[in-house]
Amino acid sequence: MSDTHIRNATIAVLVENESGVLARVIGLFSGRGYNIDSLTVAPVDDTGRLSRITVVTSGTDMVIEQIKAQLDRLVPVHKVSDLSLEGPHLTRELALIKVSGQGDHRVEALRLADAFRARVVDATTESFIFEMTGNAEKIDAFCALMKPLGLAEVCRTGAVAMARGARGI
Amino acid sequence: MSATTAPSPATTELRPGAEVVLRALKEQGVEVIFGYPGGAVLPIYDALFQQNAIRHILVRHEQAAVHAAEGYARSTGKVGCVLVTSGPGATNAVTGLVDALMDSIPIVCLTGQVPTHLIGNDAFQEADTTGITRPATKHNYLVKRSEDLAATVHDAFYVARSGRPGPVVIDLPKDILIKPAPYSDAPTAPHRSYRPVTQPDMEQIKRAVALLKASKKPIIYAGGGVINAGPEASALLGEFVRMTGFPCTNTLMGLGAFPASDPLFVGMLGMHGTYEANLCMFHADVMLNMGARFDDRVTGRLDAFAPNSKKIHADIDPSSINKNVKVDVPILGDAAAILRAMIAAWKDDTTAPQKEALAGWWREIDAWRSIRCLAYKQEGKIIKPQHAVKRLFEITNETGRDTYISTEVGQHQMWAAQYIGFEKPNRWLTSGGLGTMGYGLPAAMGAQIAHPDALCIDVAGEASILMNIQEMSTLAQYRLPVKVFILNNEYMGMVRQWQELLHGGRYSESYSEALPDFVKLAEAFHARGMRAETADQLDDVIHAMLAHDGPVIADICVAKDENCFPMIPSGAPHNEMILGPNQEQNARAVTDEGKVLV
Repeated sequence: MSDTHIRNATIAVLVENESGVLARVIGLFSGRGYNIDSLTVAPVDDTGRLSRITVVTSGTDMVIEQIKAQLDRLVPVHKVSDLSLEGPHLTRELALIKVSGQGDHRVEALRLADAFRARVVDATTESFIFEMTGNAEKIDAFCALMKPLGLAEVCRTGAVAMARGARGI
Repeated sequence: MSATTAPSPATTELRPGAEVVLRALKEQGVEVIFGYPGGAVLPIYDALFQQNAIRHILVRHEQAAVHAAEGYARSTGKVGCVLVTSGPGATNAVTGLVDALMDSIPIVCLTGQVPTHLIGNDAFQEADTTGITRPATKHNYLVKRSEDLAATVHDAFYVARSGRPGPVVIDLPKDILIKPAPYSDAPTAPHRSYRPVTQPDMEQIKRAVALLKASKKPIIYAGGGVINAGPEASALLGEFVRMTGFPCTNTLMGLGAFPASDPLFVGMLGMHGTYEANLCMFHADVMLNMGARFDDRVTGRLDAFAPNSKKIHADIDPSSINKNVKVDVPILGDAAAILRAMIAAWKDDTTAPQKEALAGWWREIDAWRSIRCLAYKQEGKIIKPQHAVKRLFEITNETGRDTYISTEVGQHQMWAAQYIGFEKPNRWLTSGGLGTMGYGLPAAMGAQIAHPDALCIDVAGEASILMNIQEMSTLAQYRLPVKVFILNNEYMGMVRQWQELLHGGRYSESYSEALPDFVKLAEAFHARGMRAETADQLDDVIHAMLAHDGPVIADICVAKDENCFPMIPSGAPHNEMILGPNQEQNARAVTDEGKVLV
């Protein structure tokens, strides 16, 4: 374990879907001074009793071990899984990106969107809204390209992530 | 979580919610509730009035209700139970809840709440209790459906006492307490999500034993976790320590886990611990931490903490392991289970311990002991606070009575920890983690309720005692013969000590101006007041205090400028202790980095 090296960690947390559970998780991060780079949450089973939180954080190995231990001892937490450590995993994020502009800028924006496999989900004569999924870097790159072409608004979900392979969490 | 599980309602008759709550408390073994009524909890008070199974102790402030429940819990090993009203009742309880959280004391606190349809409307005496207490508790609940009531109470008790114990709040809207609700028994199935590991991994136990057997300079460092694991854990700790012949030190919270009179005991460790205990930690080659958490009061400067030792850390809370100090062998589990496994593994391991090296280690330790770091000189008329505590200990010992000592927070607390020897667990009640002034009187009260025939003494300072002095009225009401032993130096002594050592002797706001006459104060509260002003009066006052069959305040006027030593200044390592007044310049050399530490 390194004392100084900061690494990113994508942590999946399976929790009881009860009121206050998200506040517990967020309060833990703020109360103990941990970073939250992104956080997503939604119910994931058909009975609606379980929710899955995906939290992207960063810190030294010692801090990330602490984060996992602190999450795990919360009463409504079923399972904590450090996807970054436990082998290959997929990360996806959904983004809605509004680009306003006219003329050549519109054409260029559409052409780039096609290259990035972003879909047009709304269009006016002066704007597009693109829908795009991918990892954070891909969305960052697309947004950077849209900036000079009239980037007007960005909305991102934050990462959801899952380990590759046959085994469930 | 099981609290939201719908029970089988068809089989149960419906009773008012408040009655269902009391029935669940009774099933959980609650005999006493410490509380204070108010509008939102009137239905529970009405139900209490109509039953005899649960006794209610009316405190005079909700903070004291929680501390009393802590004293009750710590001295019995049971879960302490508290009942307060909504809004200010709940917010007053918060200090007690955080205190219990920091010291791992199992508490279930019922708070009243405005009716469900008014929640969020800024109703009279409304507070967001679950929001406020979320970081103040191990877990909390807001009951919104009558059918969840009984299951939530059962769940709360399970959570409070399982794993690393702690405080739990159940917020009860008034309409839920009035509406008919079904009862359900405590579930027999395992909890859905919270199942702490109690049985240790045997491979880790073997690794730990191998390290200990090879050790030439071992130290066993035991904390409050051993006490929380029940008296059996303390007995097993004693067996293990004697089996190994290793030195043993206890943390502030662990005092009593290993008998103070045992020659293998080297005293408390940490900021005001003994010279020998701290040097054992500094020079050890293998350390076994049983149920302690490497608190900053214990470790001192982290990068110089036990620099050459392999560290074994046994704890029930995975988040305590590798939090402050990186360890070589982590062992997760209940202290009693771990110690039982360690004893068996020690017997199974055929390697011989390092007998000669150990003898050399003990010679080193004896040399440190010979410094007699706790020695003081009682000369002349002025009572030294150390002497007052030592005589209190010796005279109570002579009575042969089972004695429970609580403290407030400050110098007197450290002197009590240093000069009172604890032979058994659960006899020492102190606010270790949070350091809450005002803890001691209600805690002694809670212990006295649990042990009516025992001697319960609050060793206090004149400043701390005023923070919950209103509980003298509770002592009178229930005829609780708690003894309050005030070391009165007319200063917030520990604040004054730090100001002397670190802030150029500028005693900013630490003088206890305009103190009450504690003898008259005692009398006003229907108690006996007594005072010792000179050394020759001390023993008589202690004897009279112990002989009186009722609450007493003994005002012991002690030296005003005495400092508490030994002391590891903030930010210093264990081998840089200040032993006495002639080394105080060492503290003045504290760096700014050290000064920022509390």
